[in-house]
Amino acid sequence: MSYSVIPTSTSTSFPRRAFLSRTASGIGATALAAMLSEAMSQRLLLGADAGAAAQSRGVVNPFHLAPKAKRVIILTMAGGPSHLETFDYKPKLAEMNGKPMPESFTKGQPIAQLQGAKLNCFGPQHPFKKFGQSGQHISEIFPKIGEVADDICIVNSLRTTAINHDPAHTYFNTGTTISGRPAFGSWLNYGLGAETDNLPGFVVLSSTGKFGQAQPIASRQWHSGFLPSRYQGVELRSKGDPVLYVNHPPGVSRDQQKDVVESAATLNRLENEAVDDPEIATRIAQYELAFKMQTSVPDLMDVSAEPQNVLDLYGTKGSDGTFAANCLLARRLAERGVRFIQLYHRDWDHHGSIKEHVAGTAKEVDQGCHALITDLKNRDMLKDTLILWHGEFGRTPMAQGNGRDHHIKGFSCWLCGGGINGGQTWGATDDLGYNAVEKIVEINDLHATMLQLLGIDHERLIYRYQGRDFRLTDVAGKVVKELLA
Amino acid sequence: MRLFSCLLILAGLIFAGPVSAAEKKISFSRHIKPILAGKCYTCHGPDEAERKGEFRLDVREVALEKKVFKPGNAKESEIILRVTSTDPEMKMPPATSKKPALTEHEIDLIRKWIDQGAEYDQHWSYLKPLRAPLPQVKDATWSAGEIDRFILAPIEDAGQRPSPEADKRTLLRRLSFDLTGLPPTPQELADFEADNSPQAYERLVDRLLSQPQYGERMAIYWLDVVRYADSAGYHSDNHRDVAAFRDYVISAFNQNKPFDLFTQEQLAGDLFPNATTEQRIASGYNKLLQTTEEGGAQPKEYTAKYAADRVRNTAVIWLAGTMGCCECHNHKFDPYTQKDFYSFAAFFADVTEKAVGRQDQTKIPTAEQEKRIAAIDAELATLKSRIETQTPELDAAQAKWEAAAKESLAKNDSAWTPIKPEKAESQGGSKLETKDDLSVISTGENPAQDNYTVTLSTDKEKLTGIRLETLTDESFGNKSLSRGNGNFVLTGFEVQAASLGGDVKPVKLSAAEADFSQPTFPIANAIDDKTNTGWAVSGHEKAANHAAVFPFAEPISGGPGTKIVVKMQHQSTFAQHNIGRFRLSLTTAAKPSLSETGLPADIIEIVKSDAAGRNDAQKQKLAAYYRGISPELASAREQLTKLEAEKKAINDAAPQTLVSMAAAPRTMRILPRGNWLDDSGQEVTAAVPEFLTSVVAAPKPAENQQRLTRLDFARWMTSRDNPLTARVFVNRLWKLTFGRGISRSLEDFGTQGQFPTHPELLDWLAADFMESGWDVKRLLKLMVMSKAYRQSSLVSKELLEKDPMNDLFARQDRFRLDAEMVRDNALALSGLLSKKIGGPSVKPYQPAGYWQYLNFPTREWMNDHGDDLYRRGLYTYWQRTFLNPSLLAFDAPSREECTVNRPRSNTPQQALVLLNDPTYVEAAKALAVRTVKDGGGDTSKRLEFAFREVLTRSPRENELKVLLPLYEKHLQQYKADPASADKLLAVGESKTPADLDKAELAAWTSIARVLLNLHETITRN
Repeated sequence: MSYSVIPTSTSTSFPRRAFLSRTASGIGATALAAMLSEAMSQRLLLGADAGAAAQSRGVVNPFHLAPKAKRVIILTMAGGPSHLETFDYKPKLAEMNGKPMPESFTKGQPIAQLQGAKLNCFGPQHPFKKFGQSGQHISEIFPKIGEVADDICIVNSLRTTAINHDPAHTYFNTGTTISGRPAFGSWLNYGLGAETDNLPGFVVLSSTGKFGQAQPIASRQWHSGFLPSRYQGVELRSKGDPVLYVNHPPGVSRDQQKDVVESAATLNRLENEAVDDPEIATRIAQYELAFKMQTSVPDLMDVSAEPQNVLDLYGTKGSDGTFAANCLLARRLAERGVRFIQLYHRDWDHHGSIKEHVAGTAKEVDQGCHALITDLKNRDMLKDTLILWHGEFGRTPMAQGNGRDHHIKGFSCWLCGGGINGGQTWGATDDLGYNAVEKIVEINDLHATMLQLLGIDHERLIYRYQGRDFRLTDVAGKVVKELLA
Repeated sequence: MRLFSCLLILAGLIFAGPVSAAEKKISFSRHIKPILAGKCYTCHGPDEAERKGEFRLDVREVALEKKVFKPGNAKESEIILRVTSTDPEMKMPPATSKKPALTEHEIDLIRKWIDQGAEYDQHWSYLKPLRAPLPQVKDATWSAGEIDRFILAPIEDAGQRPSPEADKRTLLRRLSFDLTGLPPTPQELADFEADNSPQAYERLVDRLLSQPQYGERMAIYWLDVVRYADSAGYHSDNHRDVAAFRDYVISAFNQNKPFDLFTQEQLAGDLFPNATTEQRIASGYNKLLQTTEEGGAQPKEYTAKYAADRVRNTAVIWLAGTMGCCECHNHKFDPYTQKDFYSFAAFFADVTEKAVGRQDQTKIPTAEQEKRIAAIDAELATLKSRIETQTPELDAAQAKWEAAAKESLAKNDSAWTPIKPEKAESQGGSKLETKDDLSVISTGENPAQDNYTVTLSTDKEKLTGIRLETLTDESFGNKSLSRGNGNFVLTGFEVQAASLGGDVKPVKLSAAEADFSQPTFPIANAIDDKTNTGWAVSGHEKAANHAAVFPFAEPISGGPGTKIVVKMQHQSTFAQHNIGRFRLSLTTAAKPSLSETGLPADIIEIVKSDAAGRNDAQKQKLAAYYRGISPELASAREQLTKLEAEKKAINDAAPQTLVSMAAAPRTMRILPRGNWLDDSGQEVTAAVPEFLTSVVAAPKPAENQQRLTRLDFARWMTSRDNPLTARVFVNRLWKLTFGRGISRSLEDFGTQGQFPTHPELLDWLAADFMESGWDVKRLLKLMVMSKAYRQSSLVSKELLEKDPMNDLFARQDRFRLDAEMVRDNALALSGLLSKKIGGPSVKPYQPAGYWQYLNFPTREWMNDHGDDLYRRGLYTYWQRTFLNPSLLAFDAPSREECTVNRPRSNTPQQALVLLNDPTYVEAAKALAVRTVKDGGGDTSKRLEFAFREVLTRSPRENELKVLLPLYEKHLQQYKADPASADKLLAVGESKTPADLDKAELAAWTSIARVLLNLHETITRN
């Protein structure tokens, strides 16, 4: 006698289901505690909203609002791209090139490496052009992104609070600079649950370029913090095991591996008959999922079946660890139902020689960004895929040699797809690109707006920890309605 | 449906605490306050800034004055009308608050409480724990001690029975995992089963508590709490040596150090009178926080971050207080204020630290090393006194030497001649001024990068070289060599020359020599034509003058009116690394070098001067110089040098760690909204949270002390009157042995925390713990000796229905082992486990490239070899930003923040680790070897052996039916495919004996993998 743990149908066998079905016959303390501390108790806390119809597989159930987007792809330009050479057109700064930066801007302001230095204006190093029907100003270093100008909504009035890379990423991903809080992707999977049983719901990819310092990125950036560990982001790697430990040990065939997994499952079932512990059922289901990942992950990574025109669109040959290849993988992940996909490109820290370096880094990402948007559009997936392109901060209008320092008081990002009103530029910095002055968008506002598109009221996606209800948006956040279609 | 109603009931229990019968007294702090705090306090609570309608519900007088309720009359109470209203204008909480409405159960509780008089009582955890009288129980035979009386009474009240005692095998496994973190061996079970005396169980407990593995097991828990890690945390997340702290923790638990002393040593060990090495190591607690080395980080910001980190974590660790909220505002639910937060921070303001940069490590020599150093020091003192004592013999010798030196100087004019610059210009905007000693100092603006151009004028001929002296100044960073951090990076040094009326021509420098260069910043960098390399001298670490000499490739002909132009560049990425003060000298010596005459410039001056005209300082300087070179003292000097070198070598070899070093405390002020840029807040001095001082007296400064110290703080923390410290610790230990705390909120004993299910038990244990002298082993023994602990974890249908959450502790808990123990268990079963205790952290297997996102510098994990591959999980190198993924998968925390309650998740990543991580494949392989060697002749015997090793029990018939065919199948497969068997057996660095059949071993490895992947194997029940 042997139970098959490899399901023949693709019916939902997600662990939560596994132990929910168990609970009809008996509830074990551990599972019940886990359940209560998660979905159910949180739902009870939240209360159900009458009228909302659609169901999700997470704690936001039903949706607080009608969702426009089902998934998120974040393109994180790590290092802090200069807004002044990318999306924020500042002719006045060009005129001021070489002149002292007026002290009214900089006095008493936080500053990074330029602490104590003489502050001179540094004009934009690349010309801007109007792109598309919408005529949005975009730097000429982004010719391909320019082609999809009418799809993207540029925000030029973003602000953050952390001026160094590490805390700035933490702030962008978790809404606070204190370690130990869940990342956006974890919150989203906690809120909405997974759409796939074969892959993790939160996947992280990274690439490195040749023009900026490759600043470190801590795994804290995709940690689930105080949320249950299964909401943690999983790294998809271009070298070695694509997902850690996903490959069989050497000398063990797939069938032998299956024998081991099935035998363990059978023994676990026998044990469960003796002790009746729902955690065992969960364990069996997790082995099932792990075994499925041993097929689904290689299948995901194998792009050999992609037609040549698609590979050409991205400008990649396959899973080679470049940003373009990761964009292609992002599309494949999106197709497979992964909820939250985050791509890091670590090449934007341009303290020196910004003219050459920003152009170089831009070229590394331009085609991939364009291809991802175009490809999703061709597949009619852009409408429910929300894309965000951003850095952890911008760069100073002041020169640091022939580069720029970190800058937090005003910088740019863009959004696209799932419910975003493309072809517009929102907000503005002052004439010199220092302070966001018009329609300021804080990171918490950005998060609130994105959650809204996903059908979530950011003030109601909460988790109680250390006696307090925590949110992705901390204690702030306003939805910027004008960004929504 | 049944599930949902069940959940509703449970929700009531959890959020309000159990109220079984209506006639029972409703307690404000236990039942009512959690409801009000969750749903009303945001607008009607302690936070003045957020308060609406000008009233608060947390103070009875105010609530009464505002007529929120009428004691004894719920019906006519405003609060009841409001929370039950259907009118959106009236209803509380209002829709805008997004707070859910009160449930029927909650409203009912408030009604009853008002009808009973609406009395307020103090929050339970802020009252001193007292021993309540032991409750009466019907079954007097069950209890083994006081704990059981507290446990049994509510079980009987609920009409239930405790679960029967678990069998000996389960008890042995449970105790072994709980007290040592390791599995028992089959032999240990046989011994325990054979011992039928009534003391058998107690003997087992005592044996386990006395094993050194006990300290390791407790350390796994405590290191999470104090956030111990081997790396700094932020940004580059570089290494720090702090393993000595980990070993202190292990040893403290093994020695059974009283918990009050354990606490005091960590908070303030360095401040103990005559602090021992051990106490100083313990004080490393204050340095375990995350720190940064990121370029461009602002020191003031990080100083504020570190202060907040210490408050947030220390408050959770010892007080289960969520003070983190008070960084920006008064606590919304608890009586902690923002002033409390910054006053608390002020206790740590004396701890020296680098706001931005690598933290200073302190050498902690071993006892043996300390002894040798003391002997050397004694000898050095004797030698020094000899060398420093002027004698008539020395006087005479000096006079002779002086005369010779004078003569030689007169003949030799090739010494360096300092030249007064004609012009000194800065490109970066600083001002270069020439001082009387002909040195040039930079003042005024202090640019990030600066280039100097200095013009010298000389009449000398045949110039052969130039010397650059960099000089310290009191006003510089660290009183050292630059106006930045004291160090400089000279990225370029160029010389040009022009004879009178001639063109300026570049002068080729043939070489460069310096008296000192920082590693990776050699002097050659100054003349290599690259602006991204340079010469540096560790000026940020040590303030000392330095010199460099640049001989010219061809002598400059020179002559009257000759101009020498020197260009000094500072273009490194390190801001403000510009030489702050320097002097330039020229020479005509044939071979210019650092020490042309063997005499330093100041000595030359004295020697040249008239002996009668010298002042005392000059005389002493000269005498000291002579003693330093006199042949009479040569052997003493030699001995001195030798001993100093030996001492340095010992010191260099000594282990180092982070310890607290006290200095004048930093000024602390309240930061409005936590904003570190805002200096407008009130200045505060060290003080404990004010509301607690009505329960436990505020500490007083020691005699002759102006302020409270960390030691005062540590003593206050462990005062017998402190209502929190003992309760908090007892509750957490209870979790280790029962699966959950008596209060489930291990980290929050405030209003929002959960009321203890057995408050009298918690108080009794806390009081007893303090009275016992904070005896940790005794406390643990009390817990595990109880009948309550010894219950089975199997649960009857009836009990499950009545008490699904185990609020009654009418059964034991079953849960997955902690991450480190999952590893330790597999290694122990395989026989690979190393029993070595302590020492530097180790690196077991980790997938290549896992550290690819780390930088400054980039790193690759190189796993250890030999025994260090098989150490217990608590010794695994703890890289905060990228924790070993095998541990991470089983919920080991990054230790960036205090963790008192690890989650126990059940994820597919765990399956992947146990199936495919080489650690576990190798463990299976090693277990296979043991099975074949020690398991007996035939397959069934061997299977029996493997089963007993892993699960301490025999396989059941139906289990054998699964495993025997699997073994036969894989055996045939590996026989047919020896290459695969070879590959499998090559996993891991341990070798399999050559005389064993490979196909058999591979097939047994499959069996062992099944066993190591079982839920039962990683479960403590």
